[in-house]
Amino acid sequence: MDVLKRVPVREQDPKVRATNFEEVCLGYNDEEAKAEAERCLNCKNAQCVKGCPVSIHIPDFIQKVKDGDIKGAADVIGLSSALPAVCGRVCPQETQCEGKCIRGFKGEPISIGKLERYVADWAREHDYVAAKPGKPNGKRVAIVGSGPSGLTCAGDLAKLGYDVTIFEAFHQPGGVLIYGIPEFRLPKDRVVRPEIENVKKLGVKIDTNVIIGRSVTVDELLNEEGFDAVFIGSGAGLPRFMNIPGETANGVYSANEFLTRNNLMKAYREDSDTPIKVGKKVVVVGGGNVAMDAARTALRLGAEVHVVYRRSEEELPARREEVHHAKQEGIIFDLLQNPVEIYTDENDWVKGIKIQRMALGEPDASGRRRPEPIPGDVYDMECDMVIMSLGTSPNPLIKDTTKGLDTNKHGCIIAKEENGETTKQGVYAGGDAVTGAATVILAMGAGKAAAQGIDEYLRNK
Amino acid sequence: MYEILKVEHLVDKDWLMVIKAPFVAAKCEPGQFMIAKLGELGERIPFTIADYDRKEETITIVFQVVGASTEKMSHLKAGDSFTDIVGPLGKPSDMIETPLEELKKESIIFIAGGVGAAPVYPQVKWLHEHGIEADVILGARNKELLIMEEDLRKVAANVYVCTDDGSYGDKGVVTDILKKLVEGGKKYTKCIAIGPVIMMKFACLTTKALNIPTIVSMNPIMIDGTGMCGACRLIVDGQVKFACVDGPEFDGHLVDFDLAMKRQRQYKDEEQRAMLELQEGATHSGGCEADH
Repeated sequence: MDVLKRVPVREQDPKVRATNFEEVCLGYNDEEAKAEAERCLNCKNAQCVKGCPVSIHIPDFIQKVKDGDIKGAADVIGLSSALPAVCGRVCPQETQCEGKCIRGFKGEPISIGKLERYVADWAREHDYVAAKPGKPNGKRVAIVGSGPSGLTCAGDLAKLGYDVTIFEAFHQPGGVLIYGIPEFRLPKDRVVRPEIENVKKLGVKIDTNVIIGRSVTVDELLNEEGFDAVFIGSGAGLPRFMNIPGETANGVYSANEFLTRNNLMKAYREDSDTPIKVGKKVVVVGGGNVAMDAARTALRLGAEVHVVYRRSEEELPARREEVHHAKQEGIIFDLLQNPVEIYTDENDWVKGIKIQRMALGEPDASGRRRPEPIPGDVYDMECDMVIMSLGTSPNPLIKDTTKGLDTNKHGCIIAKEENGETTKQGVYAGGDAVTGAATVILAMGAGKAAAQGIDEYLRNK
Repeated sequence: MYEILKVEHLVDKDWLMVIKAPFVAAKCEPGQFMIAKLGELGERIPFTIADYDRKEETITIVFQVVGASTEKMSHLKAGDSFTDIVGPLGKPSDMIETPLEELKKESIIFIAGGVGAAPVYPQVKWLHEHGIEADVILGARNKELLIMEEDLRKVAANVYVCTDDGSYGDKGVVTDILKKLVEGGKKYTKCIAIGPVIMMKFACLTTKALNIPTIVSMNPIMIDGTGMCGACRLIVDGQVKFACVDGPEFDGHLVDFDLAMKRQRQYKDEEQRAMLELQEGATHSGGCEADH
């Protein structure tokens, strides 16, 4: 075996998986996991841990896998993460732990994500819950939103002995893990729900169908409902659009809508009451993880799919694995291209899109080279559906109904990175509501930091 | 689960339901809506709240059977339950935030078309309870389709009824009545028009000509209803607005109604197919799909 190379992970054949919603990656078996773990150098000054937003003791858990003590490995991960089966699947490891792996200098970094997934799946299949609730301390914390930041914050606080209630606006807990990320990347019944159940096993209560700011306000939670602190992890908010002609036509979706219909409402199933339209030829605008999810969902529903992105392949913000998988499945990438108009038929349905070719100029404020239109280089493409995946802007509801909670010029809640503290006493925040649309693991990191912040605040109160 | 306490068939395809929903009943104000869902794989359906009882912890909705989900709802009985209800959603009517002494200076006319009478009712009632008597124009296609007349008469100063075919009240459409009232010397400073989009469009054209500021309540297709999916987007004054968080009430003179009507038709084929399946079993699936 070549120690410079990773143990390859088994995946569903691209041709087969392009027609189903089953999980793409099949994960390691015992032998594969052990072999991959053996590659770890167990560095004293482990860089991978520094790359992890929740600081999992990575070499320690990998050592346990080497020793064949998977339960022990689950205990190590459980110290730092409440959602390992989720993170092992959706974290952008290449820019985090694996990006820092010393093995990566000469060969391929250790497949830390796949090992984490292996350990988490083992624990679930063996009904093993690593974390234990703390001794009750009599203090109550309300968590707004049951996405990655809220679940993490809730889990950590419960481990410290807090009485925690999560309020979720939707009919199912999980936030983006349920409505956003598709089944083929993150199975709901097999992975997400059991991880949420594990958080509940710590004593965390989850109230669905409660929208904070309308059903109950943050001030009421603190002043009338008897909570000692509140954590806001309400998520990214409303979809952005380009403001180009034809964008309000029928057949133009936001990625949020398209994915919500499919994932939360299960519109792809015959027995779901929620309808979904899928074109024969779909254009997805944008290059992030959400764009990849929308594109690969449309493909599975039978469409030819083009991803139109204004920068080049190198700047695609999506995880590399998603781009790779998307290409394998037959998604067509039209890079350095930008839509300027959507054409509609007499019934105001999408019938095509006008696209401007771009070239990269000087770096812009984001540090990436700015895409600029090539004068006159414009063409038309036929399509019957367009999915806009351009990011989000914050939902104003909580800001508008909470006195003393400040937001920045983009409308994101202002919170300290180190402990989630907002401008309002006793109120903490984290995740996309603070940063704008980011990743699951960054939201979890923020939930974790806020749990520590809340603990410190309530112990000194 | 959210128990249904009462189901009443009003007229034709219109039904009224009283549902136990403590969180919604405790907080809702006129103008707001809620979302109900029936069964694990049911749709999330938005309904404007037609009435509420804080003490009994109930809310009332009035709905029209327009598709498979509302058809299923019409078969429910008292004692059945909704799987999910969430709310209140959207912003309350402007009037709730307006100081009463200012509101008392206004002369208010409501225009209610068809099932739009239901969301108009709590607003007229709220004003009545705060010592303000408003006028209401209540229109329907014919006598059989008219709802909530008696309820409205109890809380409004005057209720002017009209039907398209003249089978009850004045013959004509709501805008004819409004013009007549103004020509006859009525001076209105504020109009609230709620009903089918086409009615709101023409009501707004008329009130614009008469120079009466007008509020409309939009009910576009929604999924989550909480400010996430973006399905309910409208163009208001040239800007993208979301009915669920920016509305549902908007300045009627700034709403792009033609666009709203087109967007409302997006799922017509799917809705009709689902309805056929529900009525006649699954025999229609696959065989007669409209080709788009």
